[in-house]
Amino acid sequence: MSCWVTVQDYALRSLGFGERLLPRGDFTLCQQFTLIGSGMIWNVYFGLLALVTGFFLATALAVGKNSANPWLRKPAEWFIFVFRGSPLFIQFFFAYFLFLSLKGLSPFFSPFTSAWLGALVVLFFNTAAYSGEIFYGALLSIPRGDLEAADAYGFSGWSKFRKITWPTMLRLAWPAYTNEAIFLFHATTLVFFSGFPALQQRGDALYYANYFADKTFNPFIPYPILAVYFILLTLTVVGLFGWVNRRLNRHLPTERRTRMRIRPNLLR
Amino acid sequence: MFSVCTDPSVLSAPAWFACYLTTGKLMMFYGSFGVVLLLLAITAPAALLFGFAAAAAARSPFVPLSWAGKAYIAIVRGVPDIAFFLFFVIALDQGFEWVRHKIKCPDWDQPIRQGNDFVVCAAAKLPLSTSPQWVHETYGFFLAVLTFAIVFGAFAGNVLFGAMRAVPRAQMETAEAYGMSHRQTFWRILVPQMWVYALPGLSNLWMVLIKATPLLFLLGVEDIVYWARELGGAKTARFTDYPHGDWRMWYFLALLIFYLAFTKLSEVVLSRIMRRLSHGQATAAGEAQRRTAGGPA
Repeated sequence: MSCWVTVQDYALRSLGFGERLLPRGDFTLCQQFTLIGSGMIWNVYFGLLALVTGFFLATALAVGKNSANPWLRKPAEWFIFVFRGSPLFIQFFFAYFLFLSLKGLSPFFSPFTSAWLGALVVLFFNTAAYSGEIFYGALLSIPRGDLEAADAYGFSGWSKFRKITWPTMLRLAWPAYTNEAIFLFHATTLVFFSGFPALQQRGDALYYANYFADKTFNPFIPYPILAVYFILLTLTVVGLFGWVNRRLNRHLPTERRTRMRIRPNLLR
Repeated sequence: MFSVCTDPSVLSAPAWFACYLTTGKLMMFYGSFGVVLLLLAITAPAALLFGFAAAAAARSPFVPLSWAGKAYIAIVRGVPDIAFFLFFVIALDQGFEWVRHKIKCPDWDQPIRQGNDFVVCAAAKLPLSTSPQWVHETYGFFLAVLTFAIVFGAFAGNVLFGAMRAVPRAQMETAEAYGMSHRQTFWRILVPQMWVYALPGLSNLWMVLIKATPLLFLLGVEDIVYWARELGGAKTARFTDYPHGDWRMWYFLALLIFYLAFTKLSEVVLSRIMRRLSHGQATAAGEAQRRTAGGPA
């Protein structure tokens, strides 16, 4: 069986297309590369959607936590505390069993018990909490002069936020936010190890890497393949975020631009 | 445990819960919190040691050693940590068995990797197949601790390497001007001063380490996650005196609250330590303390 046939059979296996049966014995390198790569579709799906949706909630949380009104501040503080103070792994488990019991009450919740939606919701809340804290820190460090200048020019309310506060916040937060994005993609590997079932063995990259390591009892091939994929993904994220960073800082003289320091946070 | 618990089916709700929460199985669950704390107590110093060695190596003037240190620090970045956990547990186990195999069975002529099997002679098996259950469990726990120490050692190495570079150059130059050797400068000037720069990173690392402890479950240790899944599942009256529905949600809620309390407590303690360490240091925090104490501006 040539490698091209394997790619045709397994490239979309994680979505349920192609060959149903996973390879059973005599695993070739090609099979391992294809299936683990196929699993990366899920990692990218979870990471991308959680990042995009989480961004908006994070902004709201940061503004809420910075608000003088306790009715806005307290819920934002608690939300951030709960999601940052507990392990993501436990959050996944709790959410899965919560959705499972809610499913008994109403069929509306049945899609939430599968990974594509349930895990996405958890990742969305989780990344919103972490990025919300980053944005909040950035809000606090906006130079006072910028805000005073905005007042002096007659900006107020929404237009001040939209034109002055928010862009400055993003600019200050961006290096830390890049780390958060990298770290979120890494966190997506937890999904299929934490209660959410991989229906018909449609899992993510780590799920397949683990499958091969279990079957061959040889961790030295599948995990390095997984590492290669993730390093490529990390480089892509760094590249994209670096491009946005340059855009956010384009009005500043070169020496004042915030330098990107890639320092992925560890686990959550 | 209590004498009233002999027939739980007739008890009222509070008494039923008092009896349920003190059954032997639940005691195992409480014990597994001890496993988590034990893991933290062993892993934190071990990881710090690994990290210190890595950071010291990365600063070494001897180039291959410096490369080795930097490679170790860099290697865990960019790849999900959980992949390292899953990888190291098998890799370490096979590594140990391979070394023992080479020592104990030198005249073994078959290949170790036969297709999908990893075959070593019986004397090299770890733990020996004749050893009692607790040896197997301890060995599993030991592998998990080592894995955690390796992965978190690289993170700690990263933090300590940064902290070593943050110590003002002038301090080192003064030491050299006084005629101290490289080794003396390192131990007497650099190491005592680096902690205040390392502490924010290390406290972050401690939080991360706490939140990584549930991954013990993936390494095959019977930890709190294992017991929460085990005990929370629906129980029928045929198998237990305390039948209940699917309570896994509530068990994981309890774990969630446990972790929240633990991280909150750590945060409070660490901020106190930071305040004490900043005392008299030439950092922004130290300067602020000096001002509030009424020192000259």
